[in-house]
Amino acid sequence: MRSRIFAGLLLATVSAGAAFAQGGPIKLADVAELSGGGATVGNNWKNGIDLAIEEVNAKGGLLGRKLEVTHADSQSNPGVARAQVQKALDNEPYVLLGPGYSGSVKVTAPLAAEAGIAQIMGGEAAELTQAGNKFLFRTSFGQQSSMPKVAKYINDELKAKSVAVVWVNNDFGKGGRDVITKEFAKYNIKVAADISTEAGQADFAADVSKIKAASPDAVFVYLNEEESARILKELKRQAVTVPLMGETTLVGQKVVELAGDAANGARGHVGLTTDAPVDLVKAFREKFVKKYNYVPDHNGLKGYLAIYMIKATTEKMGKVDSKAFADNLHGLTIKAASEPGILMDVTFDEKGDIDRQGFLVEIVEGKQVVKQVLPKLN
Amino acid sequence: MSNLLDLLVAGLATGTIYALVAVGFTLLWQTSQTINFAQGEFVMLPAFLMLAAMHAGAPFWLAIILGILLSMLLLGLGFKLLLVDPMLRHGVLPLAIATMALAIGMKEAVKQFFSAEASPFPSIVPAGDLSLLGRVISLQSLGVLALAIAVVIGLTLLLNRTSIGHQMQATAQNPTVARIIGVPVERMILLTFLINAFLVALASLLITPIYLAKFSSGEVLGQAAFIAAIVGGFNQVRGAIAGGLLIGVVDNLAAAYVSTQYRAAVPLALLIVIILFRPQGLLGRPEERTV
Repeated sequence: MRSRIFAGLLLATVSAGAAFAQGGPIKLADVAELSGGGATVGNNWKNGIDLAIEEVNAKGGLLGRKLEVTHADSQSNPGVARAQVQKALDNEPYVLLGPGYSGSVKVTAPLAAEAGIAQIMGGEAAELTQAGNKFLFRTSFGQQSSMPKVAKYINDELKAKSVAVVWVNNDFGKGGRDVITKEFAKYNIKVAADISTEAGQADFAADVSKIKAASPDAVFVYLNEEESARILKELKRQAVTVPLMGETTLVGQKVVELAGDAANGARGHVGLTTDAPVDLVKAFREKFVKKYNYVPDHNGLKGYLAIYMIKATTEKMGKVDSKAFADNLHGLTIKAASEPGILMDVTFDEKGDIDRQGFLVEIVEGKQVVKQVLPKLN
Repeated sequence: MSNLLDLLVAGLATGTIYALVAVGFTLLWQTSQTINFAQGEFVMLPAFLMLAAMHAGAPFWLAIILGILLSMLLLGLGFKLLLVDPMLRHGVLPLAIATMALAIGMKEAVKQFFSAEASPFPSIVPAGDLSLLGRVISLQSLGVLALAIAVVIGLTLLLNRTSIGHQMQATAQNPTVARIIGVPVERMILLTFLINAFLVALASLLITPIYLAKFSSGEVLGQAAFIAAIVGGFNQVRGAIAGGLLIGVVDNLAAAYVSTQYRAAVPLALLIVIILFRPQGLLGRPEERTV
């Protein structure tokens, strides 16, 4: 009799525990560049995540459960990022978010894949999704999508025959440099100077002197945000007047803020911008500014979208199942009409790459001005 | 050749700032046997003090004055009274370690109270270019160069042509004898700390518009200035000036003609070569041992 009572109590306890787990918060883990060279990237990303989670929870959560996120600082260091991701995975999150730096994504992606946890990240290096990792998803275009558009613009619109390429010597920069130089070769554009720089570099005087000596028709700048601002200032200081072309990190909001007047005239392709002529993006920008009192760069959008990728995929599955999550996100199209938080119609392919509208922007009087809207491919 | 001229001007502009910071190293070492490993962070902080003043509504010129005064109070007087004086009695090594701890504390405090992200900082020199000998040179480069040179000349005149300067040098050479002949040694040492604080505040004002205001920006500057001080001669102000200029120019030339990737290694290689063949530095004098 006593053993039956004990068994009954045990069963009741286990059932109650299971019920609690079913109705408890859905745990997400974020590892981002909250300090160090990528602090701009990581803090925008984190704020975007927090804003989206606040919205989802305010509307009753995801399948009736609250979302809960823990943020860990990678210090913009791949080694620290790996340790932080390992720690985060030990707590068995539903989905892993971040990091933003390609080098950090590269060393952390195998850990998430081994654990069978989907990783939604901000890295843009082309190679990240080429290695067959079925658990890795982008929130923005990879270089293999963006660089052909940049090269085409330099050829068609700038009519440049020679271009100086300045890149940051890390996975992100080298990936971009490799893709753009291949694209230049297709248009017979000569690489007038191939200049590698260091992450966190403060003084760009020598690099700009090299650019001047090469006399290119245009300069392609592919550095992280802070260094982009520094080189823009130095380019202005040394009176370089040829067109300056880049990608998202050259024309982001933070770069404009840091570089001031020196950013005027810089052009770039951006997958995401808060200046996009899209009503839902404008609404996002207003909400973000109201909450954080500053205009986010594309990383704020990336973090925000990551949460709505999770929401849309989970609602499609009808259950919270971290093992099935990646399978369901592959090939998924999320329409902004049915999930406004995704901001623009988006499709994820079998590699985890993303397809949606893109934009060509120019900095005019300290503001991003969208010059062209590039349509979704599929 | 024209590229070389650009590189030299840019290198000298950066080098003069290194020199300002390096001079602080030598002044503190000469008068109070203090190796300040937080010197780079001493350059970082004034920019944030000025930014804080601007955020509070002060115009730029007032923020500069407040920043310099606060730097002299915190990084001059406060540093001497609260850290150097209590620690120096335990020897040079504990003090050096304490300054390393101070550097970490300052970085973390700025990161906590301001932000881990970089902030823009206005330039004291107006934007624009100047045509000179067929070259376009930015006013900012020239302004930085001119201001830093003016300060270095002023400091040299103070040390060599004034009574206070002579008293400071006497204190540096032999505090005991200086005390016997009536030099107010303590006051001279305090003055040295205040001059160092002024120099780092000025360096901060000149370099931050280019490097941006960031909690970690002192790392690069502190290292470059330390190397400059050793290369030039740790016990000679003129050595620190020469070392600063040399490092600035060599760094730029290395980045342009050797490799950007290995530019950080070039000043270190220079340092090794010089201390191998001339341990006292290019313009330094050998330290005599007392038995």
